[in-house]
Amino acid sequence: MSDILLKIEDLTVHYITDDGTVHAVNDLNLSLNKGETLGLVGETGAGKTTTALSIMGLVPNPPGKVINGEVEFEGEKLFEKSEAELRQVRGNKISMIFQDPMTSLNPIMTVRDQIAEVVLLHENLTAKEAKEKADEMLLKVGIRADRAKEFPHQFSGGMRQRVVIAIALACNPVLLIADEPTTALDVTIQAQVLELMKELKKEFNTAMVMITHDLGIVAEICDNVAIMYAGSVVEQAGKEELFTNPKHPYTIGLFNSIPDIDSDDSVLKPIKGLMPDPTNLPTGCPFHPRCDLAMPQCSEILPKRTEISENHYVKCLLFDGGG
Amino acid sequence: MSNTLLEVKNLKKYFKTTKGMLHAVDDISFTINRGETLGLVGESGCGKSTTGRVVLRLLESTAGEVLFGGADVLAFNKKELRRFRENAQIVFQDPFASLNPRMTVAEIIGEPLVINKKTSNRADLYKRVIKLMDTVGLASRFENSYPHELDGGRRQRIGIARALALNPSFIVQDEPVSALDVSIQAQILNLMDELQKEFKLTYLFISHDLGVIKHVSKNIAVMYLGKIVEMSDYSSIFKNPLHPYTKALLSAIPIPRVDKKRERIILEGDVPNPIEPPPGCRFYGRCFCRKDICKDTDPELKQVSETRFVACHVAT
Repeated sequence: MSDILLKIEDLTVHYITDDGTVHAVNDLNLSLNKGETLGLVGETGAGKTTTALSIMGLVPNPPGKVINGEVEFEGEKLFEKSEAELRQVRGNKISMIFQDPMTSLNPIMTVRDQIAEVVLLHENLTAKEAKEKADEMLLKVGIRADRAKEFPHQFSGGMRQRVVIAIALACNPVLLIADEPTTALDVTIQAQVLELMKELKKEFNTAMVMITHDLGIVAEICDNVAIMYAGSVVEQAGKEELFTNPKHPYTIGLFNSIPDIDSDDSVLKPIKGLMPDPTNLPTGCPFHPRCDLAMPQCSEILPKRTEISENHYVKCLLFDGGG
Repeated sequence: MSNTLLEVKNLKKYFKTTKGMLHAVDDISFTINRGETLGLVGESGCGKSTTGRVVLRLLESTAGEVLFGGADVLAFNKKELRRFRENAQIVFQDPFASLNPRMTVAEIIGEPLVINKKTSNRADLYKRVIKLMDTVGLASRFENSYPHELDGGRRQRIGIARALALNPSFIVQDEPVSALDVSIQAQILNLMDELQKEFKLTYLFISHDLGVIKHVSKNIAVMYLGKIVEMSDYSSIFKNPLHPYTKALLSAIPIPRVDKKRERIILEGDVPNPIEPPPGCRFYGRCFCRKDICKDTDPELKQVSETRFVACHVAT
């Protein structure tokens, strides 16, 4: 058996609304090996969260619809599974951490019961054992056992996100999808949570998809990076390679937009223009209206995913068959 | 004319709560020179936004002094306050909440001119609104759009145009880019920089993002729980932070690079409650180099070199 844990092929997801069809994810390809962390980076509306929801089979339908593509997890095609089978996968083999710890917990259940709930659903344990398991998980994420009977509103944002992490890891999942897990937190608390995630990932040997807009977090925690723009991955490579040798004009633009605390450059070089409207994407390469290196054919031909060096993929005509 | 535009002395703002006094801003002092930017950085709840509001008298202070061009802002009567507000403006954090949804872009930008009777006829008003839109890079075709039709970056441009309408000399920028994506954030930061040079503006720039603060500021003040713990010119604070909190804050920022590994300082616990804080250093409970004296004696902000101030018993 190969090391590939998750493979997404040609995934296309649309949201069909009264105002038009939102092309949220377009021909997306991704793969992830066991135990690896993949950073999925992009700006608002790039399709990061929809991609994550597709992996979990949670795209709201209607209005969402998977138009095309496959998601293969541990060699099995997820879209062919029944709802009951999917339920065995979700929360058990794949679990998810959501962005906002204020709204992803149940306000009227103690944190211990919330963790025990997941354990009871997926593991053959008694209620008492599940509670013990919950306390053990709380300890792992750095919450004292005497707080187990408290409710989410009694915890600070950072502590709540720890509870969410405890729930996600309670069944020892093979894959953890973290959707902007630290965006709502202050930077010193973010550092605590990232450190904790790093440790736990090592301990449980969990593979992770880290969805973020912050390239700093990617540098900190990921092995591989996929950059998303307008619903598709425009560049994917190992972290070192992507940070030292970015190829796609959008990736380069992203790096130039970040104020760097280590350098004295005073003028940022932003990407011109705005994200395209996903109901009305430009023809050809969706980035061409904002691209400084756009060529006439960029508005006509949709670039193919090209492997320019080992494990470094770019979707850009500059690199597509010699450009 | 003195070079100092804004001088804040021993400013305090307490809020009464059912559990006691909340010390939002507790005895802070700073000055900003004309045409310069002071970056005010800190985490949620440290009092940075409250400071911005008290300085503009959008909130009344509990104690202290605010001198604007030498005049005592806190003693202004209604008429003087109105004149002051023509000169001192604010750009808010959330471009989704700070614009009236029932007004068009042109109405929002023109409103300060109308309220302050700066224009007598419609043609003049229109001309000035279009000019303001052009200044902040908003295409004139949006004049009749409503805020909800525009994206976050454009909305923030409306907020900036509105702040510029009365030709102010001073603008409080309250987290103006934190709701925006990085590529748009960079556009807005560059715009603010250009405007500052063109109109010789003075900024109090409030942000939780040290990268952004460094990019825009000449001087930086770091706040923690209502106090300024360190204040310095921008380069030395990054090269050689003195206060343990500044050190931890700097080391906590994930840097988008792979070629450099930094020492990480992970702080224990959360920011404590600002209601009736105990005596002693506010940072005591989380500090990694605390001493006995820190527990009971609150360190004062002391000058350690020409451009540097720090409030710490250990660092000085």
